[in-house]
Amino acid sequence: MPPDASLLDYLLRLADTDLVLAQRLGEWVGKGPVVEEDIASTNVGLDLLGQARMWYGYAGEVEARIAGTGRDEDAFAFRRDAHEFRNLLLVEQPNGDYADTLARQFLFDQWHLLLLRALSASADERVAGIAAKAAKEAAYHAERSADWVIRLGDGTDVSHARMQDAIDGLWMYTGEMFTAAPAGDPLAAAGIAVDPAMLKAPWDARVSAVLAEATLARPADGWMQKGGIAGVHTEHLGRLLAEMQFLQRAYPDAKW
Amino acid sequence: MTTAEQKAVAAAAEAGDLAALRGGVRATPEAIWQALARVPDPEIPVVSIVELGIVRDVRWEGERLRVVVTPTYSGCPATDLIMDGIREALRGAGVPSFDVEVALAPAWTTDWIAPEARGRLRAFGIAPPGAAARVDVAGISPLRRAREAVPCPRCGATNTTLVAQFGSTACKALYRCEACREPFDYFKPH
Repeated sequence: MPPDASLLDYLLRLADTDLVLAQRLGEWVGKGPVVEEDIASTNVGLDLLGQARMWYGYAGEVEARIAGTGRDEDAFAFRRDAHEFRNLLLVEQPNGDYADTLARQFLFDQWHLLLLRALSASADERVAGIAAKAAKEAAYHAERSADWVIRLGDGTDVSHARMQDAIDGLWMYTGEMFTAAPAGDPLAAAGIAVDPAMLKAPWDARVSAVLAEATLARPADGWMQKGGIAGVHTEHLGRLLAEMQFLQRAYPDAKW
Repeated sequence: MTTAEQKAVAAAAEAGDLAALRGGVRATPEAIWQALARVPDPEIPVVSIVELGIVRDVRWEGERLRVVVTPTYSGCPATDLIMDGIREALRGAGVPSFDVEVALAPAWTTDWIAPEARGRLRAFGIAPPGAAARVDVAGISPLRRAREAVPCPRCGATNTTLVAQFGSTACKALYRCEACREPFDYFKPH
């Protein structure tokens, strides 16, 4: 892939992952287990949506460099089908109960924070600027979700069992976050992107420490599901998009 | 521009005297800053967007004015309203043509909030932020973190408890004062 095409693909991975998780968190609006958590998960979702918009904005500019014209954030979000989405499989998994939602958030937040911190030093100034801004928000997300994993894991028998189930169930989607960049990847070579494999050791250390504090068992690394960054998704993404995209699909360019 | 002219422009801007400003006298950056300082934050109207550190630069480039702003939080729903407020203030100050540029780097920090605005936040019932350096972006904070003591903006007591990391907006956490039992917002260091 030429460098700009690789960059576009990379930016869409970041944007789509943020957008899909923001949409999942949005599903909790008005249904959170307590009002403070309803507000907290909505705010995290809003941060992620804002970050997605920044990545889509830059992706559109890169696309314009390649093709002459670039899509805007709405076209990226509402006019693509599931196979064109590049998000991680982890973030499209259903909300389940609140332990499932928080476990998903925790596994993601720890990776996201490491990624954004590394991208803050990207050779691409735009990538570095967006990442540095987003990292400050991700630090609060990571603190909150780790807090909850500990509270629920080291809580009652019921909350412990549910959190352990949630971590166990999602573990097979974590491997994808660390898929090594292909050999000769122009973005890694140019210092624009981060080789995800580099994030594995610090993520492992942090996640293991939080799970231990939460009296939870760290699952063994077994078979890992992959495919999101190539557009091969679980069945859950299609339904999520059907709801998210309905209005713009039924009434293109509708405004209110 | 002489000092007298500058004063005239500033006075005209202060009085909203558009005719004087449009009469060929170009508003000074100082007058523009003053006009922007009257734009309140939509969520926290006791502080202006200038005091929050959202406006980073004001400069003339030939006949066009360039205003550089930086967003606070990526997903802040007030961003569009703030941009509208800026455009309205610039038109109100008689600036005929301008560009509002959004700069992401360096990333906005609560350390840019003006000292005088902090007192007003407290009077409004929002505990002002501590130093942003305390935020551990590295993600290696202790697992069970000893929370910093956030004094209650109402009674000043320091035995307060974090209720939720995210309050009425993303930029605030929700606390409860154990002395006066009132809940309050804390503007998080960012």
